[in-house]
Amino acid sequence: MTIAGVFHEWQLATAVAIRDETPFVRTIAFTLPRWTGHLAGQHVDLRLTAEDGYQAERSYSIASAAEEPASMEITVERIVDGEVSPFLTGELVAGDTLEIRGPIGGYFTWRPNLQAPLMLIAGGSGVVPLMSMLRTRDRSMIPAPAALLYSSRKREGIIYRAELDRLTAKNDGLTVTYTLTRESPSDWQGETGRIDERMLKTHAIPAERGPVMFVCGPTVFVETVAEHLLRLGHPETAIKTERFGPTGEHS
Amino acid sequence: MPVTRGFSRRPGAPEIPGERLPPGQFATPEFPVLTAGPTQHTPLEQWSLSFQHEGRIISSWKWAQFTTLPQTERTTDIHCVTKWSKFDTHWRGVTFDDLMKAAELESPVTPYVIAHCDGGYTTNLPIADLRDGKAMVVTHFEDKPIAPTHGGPARLLVPHLYFWKSAKWVRRLEFIPANTPGFWESMGYHLRGDPWREQRYTGDP
Repeated sequence: MTIAGVFHEWQLATAVAIRDETPFVRTIAFTLPRWTGHLAGQHVDLRLTAEDGYQAERSYSIASAAEEPASMEITVERIVDGEVSPFLTGELVAGDTLEIRGPIGGYFTWRPNLQAPLMLIAGGSGVVPLMSMLRTRDRSMIPAPAALLYSSRKREGIIYRAELDRLTAKNDGLTVTYTLTRESPSDWQGETGRIDERMLKTHAIPAERGPVMFVCGPTVFVETVAEHLLRLGHPETAIKTERFGPTGEHS
Repeated sequence: MPVTRGFSRRPGAPEIPGERLPPGQFATPEFPVLTAGPTQHTPLEQWSLSFQHEGRIISSWKWAQFTTLPQTERTTDIHCVTKWSKFDTHWRGVTFDDLMKAAELESPVTPYVIAHCDGGYTTNLPIADLRDGKAMVVTHFEDKPIAPTHGGPARLLVPHLYFWKSAKWVRRLEFIPANTPGFWESMGYHLRGDPWREQRYTGDP
């Protein structure tokens, strides 16, 4: 699918709603003068301008469901020594404006009319573009079977927990499995430890069912998971990946 | 340009866009990895690099042959379309000019090339962006064989364009008559990708 010919002009976006997801993660909803929706998995570029003219640009994955032209949401994790994420998660308030262009990206995307099972594997804030896919799936007429395997360091760091549990409770073919890598609370029902082959065998949609797979997270996480999936017999072309490096400013 | 209330440059931010850092970029000492799918692992005994034209392989080098071609070292800045730039990266490999010589091609067969890579990735480049020392096929980064995650055993290096043009795991350079979009170029990214003109996406000037 091509989106060639679309000119990604900068638009002045207005923050209209802000909510905390975890102690370090915040979701911001924007309205834009010319926004015509997006595909689940796409991202936007943000441009911030200081009074002295200094500008910073960053890319953020879109968190909200596709085809929702009224507003667009991103979810931002605060990077302690970052420049843009501390501003977005600390200083920005509803009513503030900044420049946005997009949506951008045509490969790491999912459309709800794909009936192949949807397998999502997230590390940390890598869940953001995958959440857009699950929200988009939730609005589709015949939701494709889907599974999310989601690795977080600690329970308090799980983004979208309440909403994910609500989506699972609909019993419409979605399963969500959490794993924690840095703690193991006594009342914890999910998995613990890093995602490995056993965990993928137990919770991931098997290769025989021909799932499309989206893996998003830190570089090492994505490398490891993709290697496991290949060993479990998934074809390379079915595995779409998005990595964010040690600079951490991506999501 | 519209000022963003409350935003200012982080104190001690090492580099601001200017002579060395293209617009919209930030400098990082890290080397992030961005790839659309799994990392490729091609054994050297199965590796070759080829020139192709109209379906036909017109030159081909196996790994052992490739390593005997004239080696060039280059230190350069690189710029990724996802906004990071990395200064003073050091590479070794074979220039496109030397590949042309080794293939006994006096002039390019066509005005454009599309690079084909293990894993199916492609990217298009005008010959003008490859010649006169502008581009190389590199095998070493900081004096070590390039790691598979960063495109080893061999990747393109076209550092004056956004780094998606410096295709990882390159195996075949196909001479083509028209500037046909490659993988990212057919998904909304710019056909050429000059970071100094901020040609990130389709339609950017």
